[in-house]
Amino acid sequence: MRFLILFLLWPAILLAQPALSVTEVAPGIFVHFAKQEFPNPHNHDHIANIGFIVGQRCVAVIDTGGSPQQGQALKKAIEYTTDKPVCYVINTHVHPDHIYGNRVFKQPGVKFIGHYRLARAMAARAPFDIDRAKEQWDVNLSAEDIVPPDFNIHKQMRIDLGQRHLLLTAHPTAHTDNDLSVWDEKTNTAWLADLLFIKHIPTLDGSLKGWLSEISKLEKQTYQFVVPGHGPLATHWPQAIQPEKRYLQTLLTEIREQIKQGKYLEEAVKTVGLSEKPHWQLFDAYHQRNVMSAFAELEWEDE
Amino acid sequence: MKTLSTFIILLLLPFVSLAAEDESRWLNDIKPQYFADKPIKASDLLTIEAPYRAEDPALVPVKIISKIPQTPERYIKKMWVFVDKNPYPFVGEFTFFPETGKADLAMRIRVNSYSYVRAIAEMNNGDMLMTKKFVKASGGCSAPIGTDLDAAMKRLGKMKFRLKPETKEGLAQAQLLISHPNITGMQMDQVTRFVRKPYFMDKLTVTYNGKPVLMAKTDIAISQDPNFRFYFIPQGQGELKAEFTDVHCESPISRTVCEPSKKYVKTQQVNL
Repeated sequence: MRFLILFLLWPAILLAQPALSVTEVAPGIFVHFAKQEFPNPHNHDHIANIGFIVGQRCVAVIDTGGSPQQGQALKKAIEYTTDKPVCYVINTHVHPDHIYGNRVFKQPGVKFIGHYRLARAMAARAPFDIDRAKEQWDVNLSAEDIVPPDFNIHKQMRIDLGQRHLLLTAHPTAHTDNDLSVWDEKTNTAWLADLLFIKHIPTLDGSLKGWLSEISKLEKQTYQFVVPGHGPLATHWPQAIQPEKRYLQTLLTEIREQIKQGKYLEEAVKTVGLSEKPHWQLFDAYHQRNVMSAFAELEWEDE
Repeated sequence: MKTLSTFIILLLLPFVSLAAEDESRWLNDIKPQYFADKPIKASDLLTIEAPYRAEDPALVPVKIISKIPQTPERYIKKMWVFVDKNPYPFVGEFTFFPETGKADLAMRIRVNSYSYVRAIAEMNNGDMLMTKKFVKASGGCSAPIGTDLDAAMKRLGKMKFRLKPETKEGLAQAQLLISHPNITGMQMDQVTRFVRKPYFMDKLTVTYNGKPVLMAKTDIAISQDPNFRFYFIPQGQGELKAEFTDVHCESPISRTVCEPSKKYVKTQQVNL
């Protein structure tokens, strides 16, 4: 019975969402800065920075949040901000906190854009996310929440929002194997999403060496503003990416040394990178996992 | 006092029923399917080392330790490993020999949710022993799949042995690293237009000087880039050889329709 009521009220619940709080970080660029938390049933995985960019003609959404409810709240924030319609939804990568508001934006005239490997990554993890969303995040997901891109970017793509061009770049494997970044020409703002973590410990789900290699390219840029996937706005570049670079470099150096000494993964997770602990929020939640993932990668680096 | 104990019992009830539920997959599905009505007894001759909280559900280090040496008179012949709550609980069936020296095995596995990981051993006299360990798969952004699939595909089939330079109580400690994506299969094809079948290592044989020391039948619960550590009894100069095959299956949860793929071989000279 409770489920029936919930079902009947579903559209009402979505409509009743208050607008998401957003900050205009540069003219026409609006970001919701999330709290730095581990995903749980209380925060519903609403833990990522998400937002939108407004042009003369239309709006591009960048990441839609951790649930349809958050997607709805973002939609409302857009409606309060501008009367221009949404024409693009850009998903920066496959992680659940960035894509599960997609469903509410799916309508005629809206094109979804992602890295060319995003659809595959969605296919691989969707069954697990749908299975455990209720228990892990108190979010209800179904097959309709998996909205793959209409445009698959292999290298770069330029989109026009009307007097405003965005350059979208598909990166080689770094944070994940499907990272996409957005650069706004007009304000020289880079939306790096999870290629950049500030204060929140970086989380590795792609390639340690690949990520460091992308960082060495990104730090040569002269961005005015940079939006991280987790953490506050960066206004000093490339200084803002140095802590992340140092953390990943520490993993690389110390894990290589462990492998050289013939140590096993179980031993490495207990010793590697502990000097980094004071510098990061959520260190205990993600660090060991980062070490394991990096270790498994570096075991094969000489092949 | 009586009220208090009743109260405590009431408080504990949900946990008791949860614990009972945890055994259900084993009792109702796994045990009947793999062992019929053979008696299996819990034993402390075997233990499982695994983290209580699995940091990465795609990569959970698990080590099964046997408390007895392998001798021709008394040895562990076979060992099965299961993750009760995985969609396909079977992890592997491992065969050991007196030449293995000690039937310990470390590996990396996928644990989809909160579940028992269990090992069942068959002794050479037919006795069946069991041990289990509860593992809590952690949340976060991780899923029990691999990272960087393209990189894994590129080096597919490569293998390497790593050996500890010294023996331990007459036993050589070997690690075998295998590069294979061990793809779990994808079911969301109607939405993302991706159809991908489970594709994994299904059989492995390791020999030392032509005699087997470890044989395995494995499945997708083995992590991407399978990694095993085991013992064998060295005899000075010798040759280690690993051979494995992989397979494509139609369904992520059934093995009735599978198509064999390729065979991969690696040899290495050792002097221990």
